[in-house]
Amino acid sequence: MSRSLPNGFTAYLKRDLLLAYRRRGEAASPLIFFLLVSTLIPLGVSPDPARLAELAPGIIWVMALLATLLSTEGLFAADHQDGSLEQMLITPQLLVMPVLGKVTAHWLVTGLPLTLVSPVIGLVLSLPAVGIAPLVASLAVGTGCLSLVGAVGAALTVSLRRGGLLLSLLVIPLYMPVIIFGSAVVQAGIDGFNWLTPMAALGAMLGLAVVLCPLAIAGALRLVSSN
Amino acid sequence: MSKSPLLKVHSLSFERDDANVFAPVSFAVEAGDIVQIEGANGAGKTTLLRLLTMVLQPSDGAIEYKGQSLDQCRYDYLSDILYLGHQPGIKLTLTPEENLRWSSPGAISSAALANALQQVGLGGYQDVPCYSLSAGQHRRVALARLLTTEASIWFLDEPFTAIDKQGIISLQSIMQRHIDQGGIILLSSHQDLALASVRKYSIEPHADRGLTL
Amino acid sequence: MSSKTDWTWFHRLGSPRWFYETTGRWLPWLGLLTLLLLGTGLVWGLGFAPQDAKQGNSFRIIYIHVPASFLALAGYYLMAIAGAVGLIWRMKLSFMVMKAAAPIGAVLTFLALFTGAVWGKPTWGTYWVWDARVTSMLILLFLYLGVLALQYAFHSQEAGNKASAILALVGTVNIPIIYKSVDWWYTLHQPATIKFTSAPSMHPDMFQPLLVMILGFYCFYAVALFLHTRAEILRRERKSSWVRELAIKEAGL
Repeated sequence: MSRSLPNGFTAYLKRDLLLAYRRRGEAASPLIFFLLVSTLIPLGVSPDPARLAELAPGIIWVMALLATLLSTEGLFAADHQDGSLEQMLITPQLLVMPVLGKVTAHWLVTGLPLTLVSPVIGLVLSLPAVGIAPLVASLAVGTGCLSLVGAVGAALTVSLRRGGLLLSLLVIPLYMPVIIFGSAVVQAGIDGFNWLTPMAALGAMLGLAVVLCPLAIAGALRLVSSN
Repeated sequence: MSKSPLLKVHSLSFERDDANVFAPVSFAVEAGDIVQIEGANGAGKTTLLRLLTMVLQPSDGAIEYKGQSLDQCRYDYLSDILYLGHQPGIKLTLTPEENLRWSSPGAISSAALANALQQVGLGGYQDVPCYSLSAGQHRRVALARLLTTEASIWFLDEPFTAIDKQGIISLQSIMQRHIDQGGIILLSSHQDLALASVRKYSIEPHADRGLTL
Repeated sequence: MSSKTDWTWFHRLGSPRWFYETTGRWLPWLGLLTLLLLGTGLVWGLGFAPQDAKQGNSFRIIYIHVPASFLALAGYYLMAIAGAVGLIWRMKLSFMVMKAAAPIGAVLTFLALFTGAVWGKPTWGTYWVWDARVTSMLILLFLYLGVLALQYAFHSQEAGNKASAILALVGTVNIPIIYKSVDWWYTLHQPATIKFTSAPSMHPDMFQPLLVMILGFYCFYAVALFLHTRAEILRRERKSSWVRELAIKEAGL
């Protein structure tokens, strides 16, 4: 089986999008998780708008992170089980292209919906209106980082049973800079500072992740097949 | 026309967890050859096939394709091979036609896909999602790739698994056609093939493993 | 596989047996040096160095806290480099070193956090404070735990080693990012009342014992790493003839 060179990325991107579409219910679960948990926060903390507004940037970001983490485990698991991963390893092009295609599809199905729904969550958690634009911007870029870094963990644990918990342990320390800057963008927007500064840091992280993570993912996928 | 071997393997060995899996393997395959790799369960047949498809890196020895070491001609080599492993490698959420289209080179017409599926006994099932099909039918979807592929070297790991008698006969005729056209097949199977000129190659587990198989 | 340059010294470096025998010769001296340095440093720092103007005697914990933090971070880089060498040159010995470095580094990180907490109570009235340094140390601990967990999650030793090596390398790229972000995050949120001072201007009388302690910790790390790696070598190579001969000799047969 050979995928002609330009299509390594788009072919896998399109197929993963089609697969997610066929299983829309499953694909939507991180989004539903995100929405549900946002109702837990007022119940668990306080319905007081002032208190919620204070916590909102951080909470929304943590929830987005957890929702992404939930969906990351399945990134390569299905391919490993049905033999598609094996076929992907034999592709003549560089493995990073199919990998990038899959991770992009993952972001489009998970990160992007979260980003688009976040203004609603912001509203529900009394986020000041001036914080909405930085929230959306930070989530758009940040969830991209989360997908890429999460995919590294998914690739390392794909052949393990109950790899989900281990995946969280591996990936959460790597997520910490993203959440620091992500919520800082929103907080800066609310406090009236220039939120483009932390935004630039987030963008730099995304750039670095796009370049380095696919290499780590490809390496991890290859070693998994030695078993 | 010189008959230089298309694929040559020199003293190939692979170490897993500090033990060599099989005794060093050497053989040469030319266009039109079919080689059946034999060995007891666990001897390392799948490992050998994975080494030949560059999924694994050998610990020692070399593989040559058209006279060049694999590292030098990776793209050309991988574009010229087809590998069917233990798992069918198909997506259950997609239909047989979609799965086959994915695995087939270039732009292929629906008619050609339908024809291929017909030949493996899945006529009429093109648009049924694969999760509704049986394991044997999943296998057939995978085998349909043999009809649409342009690869000249086929690596088949136990291709007759879960296939009924009629299927075995038609699969063997597909294989015969490929050989007659100058292709190469390396397969592992416990079955005896009803094909002319099948070379058998036996692999033995390495003494490191201390097994008696 | 022929190469023009003579790489035998490099390959010899990768021989577990060579490592075992060479470190066997070094260990007694290294151990002695460690005891000397640590002993001197501890007595000097805990007993004889002058008291701090503001913190009194409680600052003395830095004689353990600071070297432990240094080694925790340096140890992670050593682990990652060992992993990289193992991946690139497929050296088993390198993976053994990486595997040995992980628990040592994790314990040192924990020690740094613990001593940091002990320091915090008399100084700021609380055991835990989310300042930049402490938070970064905590994340480092999680990175170590991740590598350890991955090591033991696989059935195959080899797969576990390779996976940990990849994770350690990814962590290495992340460490500067984490340190910088946490630093920035802390300055953003720093409450005006608490000012966490590092060792900004230390009187030389306080600094010298610290230097001795840092050196002592480096030697200690080397001793611990060698011991642990040697144990791993014996375990992995237990079927080979030289290990068997060694065992027979040790048993006095």
